[in-house]
Amino acid sequence: MIHPSDAPAPLVQVRGLRTRLGGKVIFDGLDLEVARGSVTAVMGPSGTGKTTLLRHLTGQLRPAAGSVRVDGREVAGLSRRGLFELRERIGFLFQNSALLTDFSVFENVAFPLRQHTRLPEELLRDIVLTKLQAVGLRGAANLMPSELSGGMARRVALARAIVFDPMLILYDEPFVGLDPIALNQVLRLIRTLNQTLGITSILVAHELAAIRQVADRIYLIAGGRLVAEGAPDELAHRDSPWTRQFFGGEADGPVPFHYPAPDYARQLGLAGRRP
Amino acid sequence: MSSDLRHNWLVRGVAAVGECGLFFVAVAGAVPKSLRYWRELCRQIWFVGAMSLVIVMTCGLFVGMVLALQLYFTLSIFGGTAALGTVVALSLFRELGPVVTALLVAGRAGTAVTAEIGLMRATDQLDAISMMAVDPLAYVASPRFLAGVIAMPLLACVFNAMGIFGGHLVGVTWLGLDNGTFWGNMTSTVDLYRDILDGLYKSIVFGGVVSLIAVFQGYTAPPTSEGVAYSTTRTVVFSSIVVLAFDFVMTAFMT
Ligand SMILES: Nc1ncnc2c1ncn2[C@@H]1O[C@H](COP(=O)(O)OP(=O)(O)OP(=O)(O)O)[C@@H](O)[C@H]1O
Ligand SMILES: [Mg+2]
Repeated sequence: MIHPSDAPAPLVQVRGLRTRLGGKVIFDGLDLEVARGSVTAVMGPSGTGKTTLLRHLTGQLRPAAGSVRVDGREVAGLSRRGLFELRERIGFLFQNSALLTDFSVFENVAFPLRQHTRLPEELLRDIVLTKLQAVGLRGAANLMPSELSGGMARRVALARAIVFDPMLILYDEPFVGLDPIALNQVLRLIRTLNQTLGITSILVAHELAAIRQVADRIYLIAGGRLVAEGAPDELAHRDSPWTRQFFGGEADGPVPFHYPAPDYARQLGLAGRRP
Repeated sequence: MSSDLRHNWLVRGVAAVGECGLFFVAVAGAVPKSLRYWRELCRQIWFVGAMSLVIVMTCGLFVGMVLALQLYFTLSIFGGTAALGTVVALSLFRELGPVVTALLVAGRAGTAVTAEIGLMRATDQLDAISMMAVDPLAYVASPRFLAGVIAMPLLACVFNAMGIFGGHLVGVTWLGLDNGTFWGNMTSTVDLYRDILDGLYKSIVFGGVVSLIAVFQGYTAPPTSEGVAYSTTRTVVFSSIVVLAFDFVMTAFMT
């Protein structure tokens, strides 16, 4: 019998997160939780701080206030060594791939393994080729990053992020630049990793159709706060002004499309002029 | 700091020197950890050395030739051309070898290191390395710093050898000085400890200075094309100034 108190603690727990970057308030009291073994999507308009949120989870940024806990530990309180131990168990897919330019595709994917394990070369080779096969790029193992297209680079970066079979994978826009076939493969990959290895995934993406296929839960962030959360199907049909506007793609509504700016007419010098 | 102070170039200059000093402490602290990445260190030594070898050899040859030519006519005023080998060798070992090599390496390898690290920062590669639980200071900065410290004295030796070869070419082959006099005078007056080792110490220090500046400029370059370009220029400018200033100070203490 399962009591509520027996429910496993969430893997990621963000409480009252506040962040300022360059004088701009990015988060103003953000709360969210990610259950172990789930696939969670984080959505929101461009520039709300989705990438910033992922950077908090890995300790690349420190919150101004609030707490960010991953696997029960306060990220901001970790020592350098503790932080690196945590990062060894997190796979991170960078928004712009960030492959190491002087290594081949194979060595890029092998990099985390070479740094943290002493696997025999043959085993390492097998692991790397398996991961490359999963993203459909085993044949490109010997290419250099400069010889890849944008979509190929993303898939290599994805292979690198999962090579360690981490406990948590953070995908920053994994579907950008993928053709429909690659998109389906990547979706299947995310689901397989989640179902067979129980890897918790957080993905930041804008493609609602794709997210509905894999995500257990969606968090919608806007204006520095969580504005909606729920299961994908339920959320897509929920009748709140936030979800209606965001999923409907309307320019007017509570979600601002424009970056904060002075009055348009005044800036164009039209204010007070007669038509 | 008030904004008035922050715009003062002197204050900013002192602040930059302080930052560079702190960076030095961080890089030096990461050296023990970076020995794990000895492969990377070897690659960087090879990189710095191989990249600068041709230019160092060519310039060494010409500097030696010019030195012999100039000194030959100066010495002939006093009837002292027999000392040509000594003077050429001493100038090279004690002064020109370390200094000119450092300036050449700053221009050739230093700029490349700055641009490389600056671009790694701009394309998130440094963040990616750190996200894979590898310390970029230990993996990227320290090996490049050490590579400069190790490669510089080696390159200076090559420079000196080529310089003496060039001096010999001009003094003996062209101007007809006696071969035995040239070598004999040189080997009897040049002292291993006082002259050659002093020059090597200088090179080691210059190697540290040049590669520290190159790595620091790359590490702190603004992540834009303009920022990287500007930092690359600064590597050459600052390295040249600091090398020449250090040269004066070290010479004053050594003689
Ligand atoms: N280093 C920085 N200094 C100042 N402001 C920053 C910095 N980095 C990001 N920002 C600001 O933080 C906000 C959030 O940036 P972030 O990259 O997290 O957005 P995002 O939600 O990932 O957007 P996108 O969907 O376009 O990737 C942006 O408005 C940006 O202007
Ligand atoms: Mg982003």
